[in-house]
Amino acid sequence: MNPMNLPADSLVNYIFPNNAEVAWSIMIVIYPYITGLVAGAFVVSSMYHVFKVKEFKPIANFALIASFCFGLFAGLPLLVHLGQPQRAWEIYVTPHTTSAMSVFGYVYSGYLVLLMVEIWIIYRKYFIEMANKTGGLWKLVWTVLALGVTEYHPESEKYDRKFASFLAGLGIPWACILHGYVGFVFGSVKAVAWWATALQPFIFLSSAIVSGMAMLFLMYAFIMWRRRQDYDYVMVKKYAISLWIAFLLDYALEVLELVFVSYERGLHWALIKPLLSGPLWESYALGQMGFLSIAPILVLGVVSLLDVRGKALVYFTSLASLMLVLQVLVMRFNVVVGGQLISKSGRGFVDYEFEFFTKEGVLTAMIIFAMPFVAYYIISRFLPIFERKSLQLRPDE
Amino acid sequence: MKMDNSKIKLQAASPPLDLKAMAEPNPNSDSRREFLRNVLSGATAATVLMVFGPGATAFSKGAKKSSKAQHQFAYVININNCIGCGNCVRACKRENNVPAAQFRTWVERYVTTKKGVYVESPDGALKGFEKANAEVRAAAKRSFTVPKMCNHCDDPPCVQVCPVGATFKTEEGFVLVDHGHCLGCAYCVQACPYGARFINKDIHKSDKCTWCYHRVKAGKLPACVTVCPNKARLFGDLNDPDSEVAQVFEEDQWMVLKPEMHTDPTCYYVGLPREVV
Repeated sequence: MNPMNLPADSLVNYIFPNNAEVAWSIMIVIYPYITGLVAGAFVVSSMYHVFKVKEFKPIANFALIASFCFGLFAGLPLLVHLGQPQRAWEIYVTPHTTSAMSVFGYVYSGYLVLLMVEIWIIYRKYFIEMANKTGGLWKLVWTVLALGVTEYHPESEKYDRKFASFLAGLGIPWACILHGYVGFVFGSVKAVAWWATALQPFIFLSSAIVSGMAMLFLMYAFIMWRRRQDYDYVMVKKYAISLWIAFLLDYALEVLELVFVSYERGLHWALIKPLLSGPLWESYALGQMGFLSIAPILVLGVVSLLDVRGKALVYFTSLASLMLVLQVLVMRFNVVVGGQLISKSGRGFVDYEFEFFTKEGVLTAMIIFAMPFVAYYIISRFLPIFERKSLQLRPDE
Repeated sequence: MKMDNSKIKLQAASPPLDLKAMAEPNPNSDSRREFLRNVLSGATAATVLMVFGPGATAFSKGAKKSSKAQHQFAYVININNCIGCGNCVRACKRENNVPAAQFRTWVERYVTTKKGVYVESPDGALKGFEKANAEVRAAAKRSFTVPKMCNHCDDPPCVQVCPVGATFKTEEGFVLVDHGHCLGCAYCVQACPYGARFINKDIHKSDKCTWCYHRVKAGKLPACVTVCPNKARLFGDLNDPDSEVAQVFEEDQWMVLKPEMHTDPTCYYVGLPREVV
C-alpha cells in the first residue's frame, strides 16, 4: 500500500490541497545564489583592499566589478517572482519591520550604492585621465563620470586609496549581513522543518563566499584564456588554498546541521529523514553532500598541499571551481525547493517538476543569470579591469 | 435547509463597560492621591497574580476577552459532528470566488488502520468523499472527517513575515489580507504552518479564509457555518457568554491544531483525534 518512505505513519502521500505546488521555485533559487556571488566576489576584492593580501592585487578590481555586475541583477529574480511586481517599491516606503524580508530593500540597495561608490573612487583617476585625453562627446561622458573634477593630485590618490580601503572594510560586514540575512529569511520560518535552523545564516554566508570565489575564478580563467594572457600562477595557488579553506568551513557547517538534526531525533527529523532519503536523495545526498563536495575537497586539497604548478594548477582549480559553483547552486535548490517538498500536512511530499517556458521557468532563470556576465562584458569595454602592468602577453601575441 | 442559529449571537449580550467612567475618581473619596495609590496597588497585585498566579496560562488564553474590541470572534469545529458532506467547501468557493484547485477551507478524511493512517482530501472534498478503497476499509479501525481552514491565530506567523504589512489581525480576531497592498511574494504562504494560504491564481495575491468578514460585518454568519447541516462548524463572539463558541470555550474541552507551533489559533477543535495534523 505504501511503497514510499513517508513521514508520520502515513499510508498515502497526503499533501494539503494548497500545497500541491511549490510557492517559491527557480526564481527564489537563483535569488540567493546571485546574492551569494555578490558577497563572495566582494570578499575576494576586500582581501587585497582591506587585508592587503598582495597576491590578490591583480584581481581586486576585477572582483569588485564582477561583484557589482552580479549585484545589479540580484534583485531581479525577486521582482519576476512577485505576483504584483509594480508594488515592489512599497517595501521601501511601508516596510513592516517585524518581517525578516522587510529591510532587504535597504540592505541590498545600500550595498549596491557602496559598491558603486567604491568602484567610482578606484576608477576616479582613470575617469579624469580619459576626460583630459579625449574630446567631443566622449570627453563629456568621462567628465560627467568624474563629476566635473578634471584635476588629480598625488594627494588625491592618497585620500582616494584611504577612502576605498574604508569602503572595502565597511563592505565586509555589509556583505556578511546581506547574505547572512538571506539565510535568516529562510532559517526563521518555523513552519518549514528543513529551513528552520539557526545555522542557516552562517551556511548561506559561507556558501556565498565559496560560490563567489569559485565563479570569480572561472571568469578569471576564461578571460585570461580568451585574451591569451598569462595566468598569475602565484595568485592562482593562493586562491586555490583560500577556496579550499572556505569550502572546508562551509562543508563543516552543512555537515554539522545534518548531524545535529539527525542526532537530535527531534520533531523535524521525522520529516527531514524521509525527505533526504526520498525526494532529495539524488540532489542532496549524492549531489550536494556527496560528489559535488567530496570531489572539490580532494582536488583542491591536492592543489593546495602538493606541488602542482603551471597549467595543471589552473585546470585543477577550474575543475574544482566548476563543481563548487554547481554545489552551491544545488544547495540553494535543495534548501529553497527541498524545504517546500515537505507538505505542511507532515504526511507527504509535494511533486516538483522543472518548468522551462513559464514566467518563473528555467529559461527566465538562464536569461537573468546571463545578465551579470553581459553587464561585465559591457563594462570591461570601457574600464581597464585587469592592471595593465600585470599583463604579460604570450609569445604568440 | 433551515438552520437554527438563534443561539449564535453576533452582538455582545451586555453593553461594553464604560472604562472612562470607571477611571474617574469618586468625588466622595478622600483624595486624588489615595485614589491613585489604590489603583496602583491594585494594578500591581493584579499583575503579579496574572503573571505568576496559578491561573496564569488560563488568563493568557482569556486575555482575548479583555481586548477593547466589542467582539472577540472565534470559530469552533466539532469533529464529532462533521459528516464530510463538503457543503462548506462548496459554499466557500461560491461565496468567495475561490479559484479551482485552491481552497480557503477543505475537509480531510482520516482512516486509521493498524499499519498507519490513511488521509485524503480529494479536491478539498468539494464533492464530498467516495468510499475508501477496499484494502483500506478492510483494515480500518476508525474514520472521521476534519474541516480545515485559516486558524486566525493570535500570534500569526503570516502577519509577522509580511514585508509590507498587507496582512494583519484585527482587534476582533480576523486575520485579513489587504489586497490593495499585497505584493504576492508568498512569504506568508511559507510561514503558515497549516497550509491555509495560497497565491490566488486569478489575482496573483495572497488569499485565505476571512471568516467571511464581509458577511459577519453585515450581521450574518460565515458561509461555511450557514450551510453545515450538522453544526460541525460554529462561529460567534467570545464576549457573548451565551454564544455557542463561548460555551465550548468555557467547557475547556477544545484543542488546537499544531500547538507546538505556538501560533495560538482562535479556531478551536472539539473531539480532535491525535492523528490529525
